[in-house]
Amino acid sequence: MSNTQFTPSITSRPVYPGLTSLGNVPAIMIADASGQEALKELAAADSSVMDQAHVLLVTTSPALADKLQDLRPASIETVSDLDAAVPSFERLLSTAKMGTQLYLAGSEGLIGFFSARALGSGLPQEAIQSEHRGPISRRMQCVHCKGVTEDVTTDPFTCSHCGLTLFVRDHFSRRLGVFQGVCVDAEVPGEVPETEEIQP
Amino acid sequence: MISKLNLKVVEIEDLSPLVKRFRFEDPDKAALPVFSGGAHVSVEMPDGEMLRHNSYSLISDPYDATGYEIAVRREDQGRGGSKFMHEKVAVGDILKLSMPANLFQLDLRAKKHVLIGGGIGITPFLSQMRQLEMHGQAYELHYATHSREEAAGLALLPEAAHIHVHISEDGSRMDLGAMLADQPLGCHVYTCGPEGLIAAVAEQAAMLGWPATSVHSEAFTAPPPGAPFEVTIASTGQVVPVAANQSLLEALEAASVVVDYSCRGGGCGRCETTVTSCDGDIEHNDFWLSKEERAEKKKIMPCMSRFKGLALVLDL
Repeated sequence: MSNTQFTPSITSRPVYPGLTSLGNVPAIMIADASGQEALKELAAADSSVMDQAHVLLVTTSPALADKLQDLRPASIETVSDLDAAVPSFERLLSTAKMGTQLYLAGSEGLIGFFSARALGSGLPQEAIQSEHRGPISRRMQCVHCKGVTEDVTTDPFTCSHCGLTLFVRDHFSRRLGVFQGVCVDAEVPGEVPETEEIQP
Repeated sequence: MISKLNLKVVEIEDLSPLVKRFRFEDPDKAALPVFSGGAHVSVEMPDGEMLRHNSYSLISDPYDATGYEIAVRREDQGRGGSKFMHEKVAVGDILKLSMPANLFQLDLRAKKHVLIGGGIGITPFLSQMRQLEMHGQAYELHYATHSREEAAGLALLPEAAHIHVHISEDGSRMDLGAMLADQPLGCHVYTCGPEGLIAAVAEQAAMLGWPATSVHSEAFTAPPPGAPFEVTIASTGQVVPVAANQSLLEALEAASVVVDYSCRGGGCGRCETTVTSCDGDIEHNDFWLSKEERAEKKKIMPCMSRFKGLALVLDL
């Protein structure tokens, strides 16, 4: 499996060009179970990329971390979900210097979640690389109640916070790391288009 | 076109043998427009037959509307603008200044700012420093100069742990590698001074993996003198002579050919003029046109650039 190809859309929609080694430089790498394959390919292309890399693996399967250990990163830590990764990620960011690279691989949710936090800490956009691997699901923010619904796979979908039926837009907030969901039946309540699977 | 302020010179102070500080105020003590750190003004200098303009960074507090201050280094090899300021301007004189404009603004999204001034290149940072202090933003300033005697900036810099003075004569040269290697995420670096210093900072930052968007510079200079030449105005056939110590823009203005302008230092792009034909070489002294545009000889920045050759016709 390789980097997902998405249909070209509006400028706001993030694109994920894939990971390219910048060599032996200070780095933070974050991947989920699908994305860790991209880290392996990155290290296979240039093993020196791991010399100063601190890896956070978002998974509930500890066996995956053992396999990544073979790549000899500077450190590796396994966390169960996105939120659980935040303290470790922020600790890494707080001591990182200008020139540090962030490599993200996995779901759109993971890439958006950590990109937003990194940008908020001052990491320049140009220092973030990303590769999409795994299922096509999105982190969606309801523009009405501001609640975030994880792993949205259909359009429209139901906001997990306020219950409105939301249209899945390509409009993306870099600051929050989420796509924007807008009420689909505001004009005529109940008039909802047929539910479809989100396409790449 | 640019609106002008008629301001009175109220103070002239020697900061070093080569640098004088000038303070301007409104003759009726009216409040002046406030500005932002890094802004400059262009000063009109009526010197006999010649009307010259030079741009200078404002060094006073950006939020102080009572006056504007600039520091002028005397350049004996220049066209005579700085010499005019040093020799002909006296307290009480009224000079025409442009409204402040800023081509060297701080990026206010930065988590920290590193300001590096070489020689007279310290000037834009004097106002930026005050803005950063006012907003409580993290910064450090490095001032590099050859000798203590030439260090005009010393009189204007406070003594503080985040203000670093590097005097090469005393053996305390800047270590750019060490300065840039240890900066937190979100840091931006700004350089003003000789081109060599600007290039060295950019190179060091790139080597350490800083993206170009976090690296800023201003290589603001006065138009250089050169050999006299002529240009032809395409619409009228008028031939405009440009003297050795006059810029092309000044010569066009003297001949009543209207060209819009702002910075007069080759940085803002406002005076970009289309070349109708060029039989010779344009000496591009600006910081605006790209390498490709320079090679095409289709554009010229009359505030800074000159011409050598048989004929230059401008689309004016």
